[in-house]
Amino acid sequence: MSDLTELRLDPTLCDAHGFCVEILPELFTLDEWGYPLMNSGTLVTAVPADLVSAAKKAVAACPVAALRLHKHKR
Amino acid sequence: MDLRSLSVHEAHFGRLPVVDGPRIGKPGSLVHELEKSGLRGRGGGWFPTARKVHAVVESAAARRAWSAGRKPVVIANAMEGEPASSKDAILLRHNPHLVLDGVTALAATLGAEKAYIAIHRGSPIIDVVTRALADRNDPVTIELVTPPARYVSSEESALSHWIGDGVGTPVFGKRPFERGVNDRPTAVQNAETMAHIGLIARFGGEWFASVGEPTAPGTCLVSVSGVVNSPGVIEVAVGTPVSEIINRCNGFSGESSGFLTGGYGGAWVSQDSLMAAHWSPDSVAAAGGVIGAGILWALDARTCPLHEVARVAHWMAGESAGQCGPCRFGLPSLADDLDVIAGKHAQMSDVHRLNARLPLVQMRGGCKHPDGTARFIGTAMHVFQAEVAHHLRGHCCATTSGTALPIAGMRPSPVGFPGKDFK
Ligand SMILES: Cc1cc2nc3c(=O)[nH]c(=O)nc-3n(C[C@H](O)[C@H](O)[C@H](O)COP(=O)(O)O)c2cc1C
Ligand code: SF4
Ligand code: SF4
Repeated sequence: MSDLTELRLDPTLCDAHGFCVEILPELFTLDEWGYPLMNSGTLVTAVPADLVSAAKKAVAACPVAALRLHKHKR
Repeated sequence: MDLRSLSVHEAHFGRLPVVDGPRIGKPGSLVHELEKSGLRGRGGGWFPTARKVHAVVESAAARRAWSAGRKPVVIANAMEGEPASSKDAILLRHNPHLVLDGVTALAATLGAEKAYIAIHRGSPIIDVVTRALADRNDPVTIELVTPPARYVSSEESALSHWIGDGVGTPVFGKRPFERGVNDRPTAVQNAETMAHIGLIARFGGEWFASVGEPTAPGTCLVSVSGVVNSPGVIEVAVGTPVSEIINRCNGFSGESSGFLTGGYGGAWVSQDSLMAAHWSPDSVAAAGGVIGAGILWALDARTCPLHEVARVAHWMAGESAGQCGPCRFGLPSLADDLDVIAGKHAQMSDVHRLNARLPLVQMRGGCKHPDGTARFIGTAMHVFQAEVAHHLRGHCCATTSGTALPIAGMRPSPVGFPGKDFK
C-alpha cells in the first residue's frame, strides 16, 4: 500500500506568477494566457513519488497559496 | 383562478401538511417521499434531489450543526440566469405559493433556521413574490434576496457567497451542501424543483413518479422559443417526444437551422436529431444535447448562426467573474475567434485555433461557467459545419442582418474583477 499524492490548483487564487511551472516543468506548462496548465488538463494532477519534494517546493513558492498537496491512501 | 392568493392556492392544492424534522429516510418522511419520487433538480444539472438533501443532512450531522447553533440553510434559486429561459418567472408569477411551500417543506425536513428565495435584481417577479410572502406565516421565515443580475451570480456557491458575504462570485472548493451561507450546510434548489417538492409533500413520491420516465420522473417546464408559432413555457411529462412539444407550440413558423438545448451553457443539436428524440435527459443527451434549464430554441435559419454564436459567446465572456485565468482570458479569446470565423475573411487556421483553445477553458475554472460556454461553442461548430465551410469560402447564407438569440435583460459588461462588479 502506498500513498497517492495529488497536487491541486485553486484557479480563483492563481495569479499567473508561473513559479510553479519553473519548479515543476514535469507536471505543468504555461498556457497562452500565462496560467499553469496541468498535464491532466484539469485542476488536479497525480504527483509521482520522485517529484513529491519538488511539488512541495512549488507549493511553498506560490505567492498566493493557490497550490495544495493532498495525500490519499490507496 | 388566481393562485397568487394563498386561500385560493390552499383551496386548490390543499394545505401543506406539517413536515417533520430530519427523520431521514423514515417511512412517511419527506426525504423518504423524495427518494420514492425520483425527483431530479430542474436548475440545469438534473441532480437527484433526495441525494442532495441527504448530503446536507449528513454534513450537518457530522458537524452537530443543529445543537451548535449552525443550523442548515435553504435557498430557492429563482435567479433564472439563462436569458432564453422564462420558466421560473412564469411559475412564480402564476403560482408563487407552490414554490414557497417547497421551501417551507424542505426547511422543516432539514431543521433549517433560515430560508431564502433569490431573484435577480430588477426582475418583474419581485413584486409578486413580495406580496405572496406577506400573506404567509411560515414556521421558518423565507427572506427574499436580490443578487445582481449576472449569469454566474446564479451559480449555487455564488448565491451562498452573496447571501453570506454580499459578494456574488462563485467560490472554489466550497460545496454549498457542506459549507454554503456563512459556512453552514446549505440546500440550493431551483424554483421549479421547489414547486415539485411542494407537491410531493402533499401527494407523495409515488404520485409524482406516475408520469415521466423511470430515470427522470415527473413533469418539467420547457421554455420554447425561436421559429415556433406559439413560443412560451409549457409543462410536459419528462420523455415527451420533442415533435409533440413543437406541436404544442403550434408548429414551426419558419425554417430552423438548428436547435439550442439547455441554454447558453447548453448544446446545439441538428433539427433532425432532436426531432427524433424525447425530452428526457438520456434521450436528449443521446442526440447530442442537454435539457439543462429546460430551454429549447429553434434558431431562425434567416440569421447567421455563426454570428449568433459569436454574439452570445462575447456576452458569456463578459459574464465571467474574472477570477480564473482560463475563464477571464480564454472566453474572450474564443469569442474573438468566432468573430473572425463569422466574418468575411475566415481561414481554416482560425477554426483550428478555436478548436485547440476549447479544451483549454474546460475543467479549469472555479465553476462550470467556462465549461458550459465551451460546450455551447463546440457543439455549434459541429452542428453548423456547413455554414463554417461557406464562411471559409467567403460566403454567408444569412438573409437578414437581424439577430435572434436574446442577451438583453441581463447586464452585459466588460470582463470584471473579483467582487467589484458583483456587489
Ligand atoms: C454559471 C452557472 C449558472 C447557473 N445559473 C443557474 C440559474 O440561473 N438558476 C438555477 O436554478 N440554477 C443555476 N445554476 C445551477 C446551480 O448552481 C445549482 O446547481 C442549482 O440551482 C441547483 O438546483 P437543482 O438541484 O434544483 O437543479 C447555474 C450553474 C452555473 C455553473
Ligand atoms: S505559482 Fe501560484 S500563482 Fe503562480 S502560476 Fe503557479 S499556482 Fe499560479
Ligand atoms: S470559472 Fe469563471 S465564472 Fe467561474 S469562478 Fe472562475 S472566473 Fe468566475
